[in-house]
Amino acid sequence: MPNEIIKRSHDAHVSGNGHGHDEHEHHQTFWTKYVFSQDHKMISKQFLITAILMALLAMSMSTIFRLQLAWPDKHFPFLETVLGKWAKDGRLDPSMYLALITIHGTIMVFFVLTGGLSGTFSNLLIPFQCGARDMASGFLNMLSYWFFFASCTVMCASLFLTTGPASAGWTVYPPLSALPQAIPGSGAGMTLWLVSMVLFIGSALLGGINYVVTVINLRTKGMKMTRLPLTIWAFTITAILGILSFPVLFAAALLLLFDRSFGTSFYLSDIHIGGVPLEHVGGSPILYQHLFWFLGHPEVYIVLLPALGLASEVISTMSRKPIFGYKAMIGSMLVIAFLSFVVWGHHMFITGMNPFLGSVFVFTTLLVAIPSAVKVFNYIATLWKANIVMSPAILFAIGLVSFFISGGLTGIILGDSALDINIHDTYFVVAHFHIVMGSSAIFGMFAGIYHWFPRMYGRMMNKKAGYLHFWLTFLSVYGVFFPMHFIGLAGVPRRYYANTSYEGFSGIININELITMFALLGAFAQLIFIANFFYSIWRGKRAVQNPWKSNTIEWTAPVEHLHGNWPGEIPTVHRWAYDYSKPGHSDDFIPQTTPYSETVSSNLPGEE
Amino acid sequence: MINLLIFVVVVLVIIVVVRVVRVMELATELSGEDDSIINRKDNRFNGAMMIIFLVLGVGAMVYFTLDAKKYLLPLSASKHGVIIDKLLDVNWVLLVVVFLVTQFLLFYYAFRYHHRKESKAYFYPINHTLEVVWTIIPTIVLGGMIVYGLNVWNNITKPAPKGAMLIEIYGKQFDWTVRYAGADNILGKSNFRLITDDNPLGVDSTDKASKDDIIAKELHLPVGAKILLKLHSRDVIHSAYLPHFRTQMNCVPGMTTEFFFEPTITTRQMREYTKNDKFDYVLLCNKICGVAHYTMKMNVVAEEPEQFNKWVTGQSLVFPKPAAPAPAPEKATASITKP
Repeated sequence: MPNEIIKRSHDAHVSGNGHGHDEHEHHQTFWTKYVFSQDHKMISKQFLITAILMALLAMSMSTIFRLQLAWPDKHFPFLETVLGKWAKDGRLDPSMYLALITIHGTIMVFFVLTGGLSGTFSNLLIPFQCGARDMASGFLNMLSYWFFFASCTVMCASLFLTTGPASAGWTVYPPLSALPQAIPGSGAGMTLWLVSMVLFIGSALLGGINYVVTVINLRTKGMKMTRLPLTIWAFTITAILGILSFPVLFAAALLLLFDRSFGTSFYLSDIHIGGVPLEHVGGSPILYQHLFWFLGHPEVYIVLLPALGLASEVISTMSRKPIFGYKAMIGSMLVIAFLSFVVWGHHMFITGMNPFLGSVFVFTTLLVAIPSAVKVFNYIATLWKANIVMSPAILFAIGLVSFFISGGLTGIILGDSALDINIHDTYFVVAHFHIVMGSSAIFGMFAGIYHWFPRMYGRMMNKKAGYLHFWLTFLSVYGVFFPMHFIGLAGVPRRYYANTSYEGFSGIININELITMFALLGAFAQLIFIANFFYSIWRGKRAVQNPWKSNTIEWTAPVEHLHGNWPGEIPTVHRWAYDYSKPGHSDDFIPQTTPYSETVSSNLPGEE
Repeated sequence: MINLLIFVVVVLVIIVVVRVVRVMELATELSGEDDSIINRKDNRFNGAMMIIFLVLGVGAMVYFTLDAKKYLLPLSASKHGVIIDKLLDVNWVLLVVVFLVTQFLLFYYAFRYHHRKESKAYFYPINHTLEVVWTIIPTIVLGGMIVYGLNVWNNITKPAPKGAMLIEIYGKQFDWTVRYAGADNILGKSNFRLITDDNPLGVDSTDKASKDDIIAKELHLPVGAKILLKLHSRDVIHSAYLPHFRTQMNCVPGMTTEFFFEPTITTRQMREYTKNDKFDYVLLCNKICGVAHYTMKMNVVAEEPEQFNKWVTGQSLVFPKPAAPAPAPEKATASITKP
């Protein structure tokens, strides 16, 4: 068994260095401890804090363009202070509006919900919940973060260009993104966007390979795949999706770079712009869309699956009840992951794609609803007859399920090509994916942060601020995105700087004002979270070892962080992660490290 | 100055929030209860909030939905749009039922089963029958939806009948141009290299079919006619979106895309129906195409065939005939294919 050998040699390596450990830690400088760290716990914090800062930036952008949409004729002098020439007299410039929506989307999808979510929790929980001393390769892990950081830096740097950052929408469809003549943001801004994305893909691949290898090879004794917590299943499947799909985005970005800089014609043909015909012939802009969405759709699940995994774990733990249908949950994640590779065409129903091909994509797309429905039913069944401890984490997990239902259902409409004709690229789409992908995933991330904060920082977050954060955010997400569906059904296109050119849309302004108010409330609620988060890092109440009385083995490691996670031997696992409230047992939880021989009174038939 | 003030206020708000949190913490510390543990009060409060949120939330959604009706698109002005709207309605009925049931269960269980010291959760890890049932039911329902939806889709996208009236919709940053095929109902060939200021669509003047082609800056549609749109772009991707006709198709440089539809309601009838004399149909660009994307639109008029014929004969040809030779008709002599 090669796995066993690797596992043993890894253990041997770590315990062999055991004596050197203390010495090692004394010599840690600021640089090796906080900056060029190879420790999964520190790297996970690095990912988290970088992602929080990026999210704050992207959220501020959204409040700016929401102001524009609600009050298109008002002047906001502070905008000029922030944006300078892009908001003369406090009126947002149309090209900056497009830049803001583009960078908002890019940051949220890639840097917050992909890098931030997977980077934080895969790094934190894979070694902890599998029972490993660290990731398979600490060095690659460090590299993964620093690629991510470089990528964030390049993206932020592009904000300061005189021609502005990329502004062709986060999907950067050519020819708009390929031709600087078409839009100012397609100049240097787009080049930096592509460079940033290439670095990001590097980060995602280094991270992903590391996660998969760690889960396969470094599980502790007794940790069979079928005993893994659903978090780990979710992270692993996510990592595999990333490994398979990110290279395709890389190819798409590379070809775009060639078209932009070296005169190739992969995506360009028959173009007359700026008064002259271009030499490009033979390419197809649709090719880019195929390549982009081949990543782009799995990407939705790269964002969503970790959030669902975190929610599964939090819901089970805090409702003191085993997750209902553990194997069905794994199965549905696998089916979703598989289907995610064959549905990309539903983003392209009206590109002129062959209608028959469209039908195939309708079929595969609507199939996704089945495993999704199974997951929702399983969550609801888990809550039935539970004993729910209302921590901020489970509130966010319940919120996630609520969004997953709401957004999933509107997905059935969008996935139906005939219905898509009239709502494609309208605000209906914006509402749909912000609920099902954006809000669900960010709620999963919040659930994870509140739940594992004691594991990360050894302190507790303030629960009352957590409740306030949850209820305000939950209210504002529905307040922002529920009305948005109706704007879409009214036929209003997305990515419009103002809805002033067509008289028929004049009434929409009322809804837009309402949405912006909720958006501002939501932004305010995030300030509560950020204050709570940073305050608790240094001043929060000290955590006990297992504050949520959880079964998983990360809570058997001491509160203070050690290099190698556990001071002595790595704990051995004897059971699955979900023996909560098992009849016949005195406590309402039985940690995975408790052997069946110690719980004779509660063992079920077949559990020796 | 104002900006500085705003900045100061923001900083103060953050400080206040932090201090309030701290004061709350100190207060609970003084009262001797451990604040980091979730207590009975928290469970009851959040449980109750679940029900409050459910009731008020659904109430607000219903109110908003009824109120928002006035913003929505009026009835479909095209033949296929009617079946799309029906499909959408059927979808809504189904989805709203599923939405209400699942959300109710979610929030109700969260409220009903909030933590109580004396109770214990019911150990219930799996029920295979249930799993099978709630896999099969959605499969059957979705199967029905897929068949229904694809039936509609195939109906809409099936090849246009021969003789359908051809109209080219041509997008560029940031306006639309339309070209009617004229009496021969054939659009003359075009090539992006032939584009000049006088020939904005790059129509090939050597192609005989282009002789009677008509160019216009307003889209007129005869009701009852079968119309096949041919869509083009000269620079970036645009999307021709006619929301009232439930019609949309991308315009892609280097490609010709098409969309077949039959307008049924004239502008005047729609004005009466919506009780709005200023109502107009519109053609919008619905694919981000540059800085002025939001201004890219064209007025659309649907009218009776007679009025349409009158209008179209008043439009100029793509290649206006030189004024010199004889009293040849300068204006177009097109008429539409009778429905």
